[in-house]
Amino acid sequence: MIIENSKVISNIEIANNIFLLTVRSPQIASHGKAGQFCNIKVSNSNYPLLRRPFSICDINNDEVSFLFNIVGEGTKILSGKKENDVINILGPLGNGFLLNDDFDLAVFVAGGLGIAPFPLLQKELKNKKQIERFFGARTAAEIITLDFEESHWATDDGSLGRRGTVLDLLDSEINNFTNYKLKIFGCGPTPMLKALQKYSEEKKIKCEISVESAMACGFGICQGCPVEKNDKSGFYLICKDGPVFNSSDVIL
Amino acid sequence: MNNIDLSVSIGKLKLKNPVLLASGTVGYGNEISKFIDLSKIGAIVTKSISLKPRKGNPPQRIVETSSGMLNAIGLANVGLEVFVKEKLPFLEELKTTLICNIAASSIEEYVQCIRILSEHEIIKAFEINVSCPNVKDGGLIFGNNIEAVKKITSEVRKATEKTLLIKLSPNTADIWKFAEAAKNEGADAVSAINTLVGAAFDIKTKKPKIKNITGGLSGPAIKPVALAKVFEIHRNVDIPIIGIGGISNTEDAIEFLIAGASAVQLGTINFINPNAGIEIIEGLKNYCLQNNVNNISKLTGSYNLS
Repeated sequence: MIIENSKVISNIEIANNIFLLTVRSPQIASHGKAGQFCNIKVSNSNYPLLRRPFSICDINNDEVSFLFNIVGEGTKILSGKKENDVINILGPLGNGFLLNDDFDLAVFVAGGLGIAPFPLLQKELKNKKQIERFFGARTAAEIITLDFEESHWATDDGSLGRRGTVLDLLDSEINNFTNYKLKIFGCGPTPMLKALQKYSEEKKIKCEISVESAMACGFGICQGCPVEKNDKSGFYLICKDGPVFNSSDVIL
Repeated sequence: MNNIDLSVSIGKLKLKNPVLLASGTVGYGNEISKFIDLSKIGAIVTKSISLKPRKGNPPQRIVETSSGMLNAIGLANVGLEVFVKEKLPFLEELKTTLICNIAASSIEEYVQCIRILSEHEIIKAFEINVSCPNVKDGGLIFGNNIEAVKKITSEVRKATEKTLLIKLSPNTADIWKFAEAAKNEGADAVSAINTLVGAAFDIKTKKPKIKNITGGLSGPAIKPVALAKVFEIHRNVDIPIIGIGGISNTEDAIEFLIAGASAVQLGTINFINPNAGIEIIEGLKNYCLQNNVNNISKLTGSYNLS
């Protein structure tokens, strides 16, 4: 865990209201793993007061990138950052995806901004595992292509790819992968993750999900980001015990 | 003049400087120790410990507000037994001055916790949380009731020789009367203030933004309130005050000392800048140098009302 003042390399609106921020953070870049996140202070003032958590989207040498959309004041300020602006970043935080367990086909399932951690995950799995990508968005205007190779797409309005949810899309293709040991990696809005939990349980497919939450510190001291344990005995902290969980371990 | 004395004494407690890290913002030391050298801090105050573990509240537990945040964590903690077995050994390694914050739902529970923890040499003082706004049992019920504060203080006083701090609620009229009650029953100091009760609603769903509906407001937004409370206690009661409330930098800390605090605790800022404590200690040293203050305790209550 490092606090690094990071210079903005670029901040580009790559789809409707969706930005890709790239910063120079050599230390965070050298330690970050797919599925981890950083907690970013978007201003030097008390407004907004708290840092904002963002998944690490990709790492290239000493550069780290983050994908975000404008949802409130914090992300609005972040969207205005220009080349050479300096941003204070705390990270890398959280556990990241588990990659050394027993599977030979990684199935990415993302909804909307949930696509964020997958460019780095793709990089880490390259030449080690096969990958199938299933991505969903509301409309074609919100499609985030990034550097993905061939992917399956679904949109709510059918403006690109299959009309429907990413889960419908996954289900329509899943029988093509019966010869593989599958592992699903999921990230997206909570309703999608809930559906994915149910789906992976029914199909008995190993599944890890990346969960999000508002949080203050990002490293376990504020206790502000609980997610209930499956046995209801208490809570995990999303920042420290997650944000990636075995899908059957948590109740969303 | 290089030998500035930053040390302060509160009861039997000797602190190398007046900068403490507040309960609930440092956990039990291990996570934040990756960012800050806790051996250089005046003291750390643990997350509230209760006799039995507490799961805490379901999400949403926190929400940001203007220059502040609301939290309703619900005193989530590992419980006394696990604290002693698993957390104390690490805290011993940190070589920091340790103050244990205790939360309980009955006077007997407070006393029992203190009796058990008093046996541990490493714990130098207790801070009694009589004012958590986010749990149904205990908490505010005690913090709002002067007779309860008296009773808790006197019973806890009998149970330990160690320095005793009573953490006061601002959600009450005449905070100084609570400070006076604590003093009369043998407390060595008061910590002021705990969080203010607050709420926030989503205008689309019309739901409260935190599950508990109300939460404790902290951060820079509450600093003026906290300063007024510290000042009120200082003017009316002769008891050391540990000032808490939105302190984010050196200037804030100095304001609290001037208003009457002998020491300060940093809270919400630890979530944003976990090294703030060290920066503020350095800042206090520089302020003393520049203003010919050879002993930081001279700043306490040095307000000029003329």
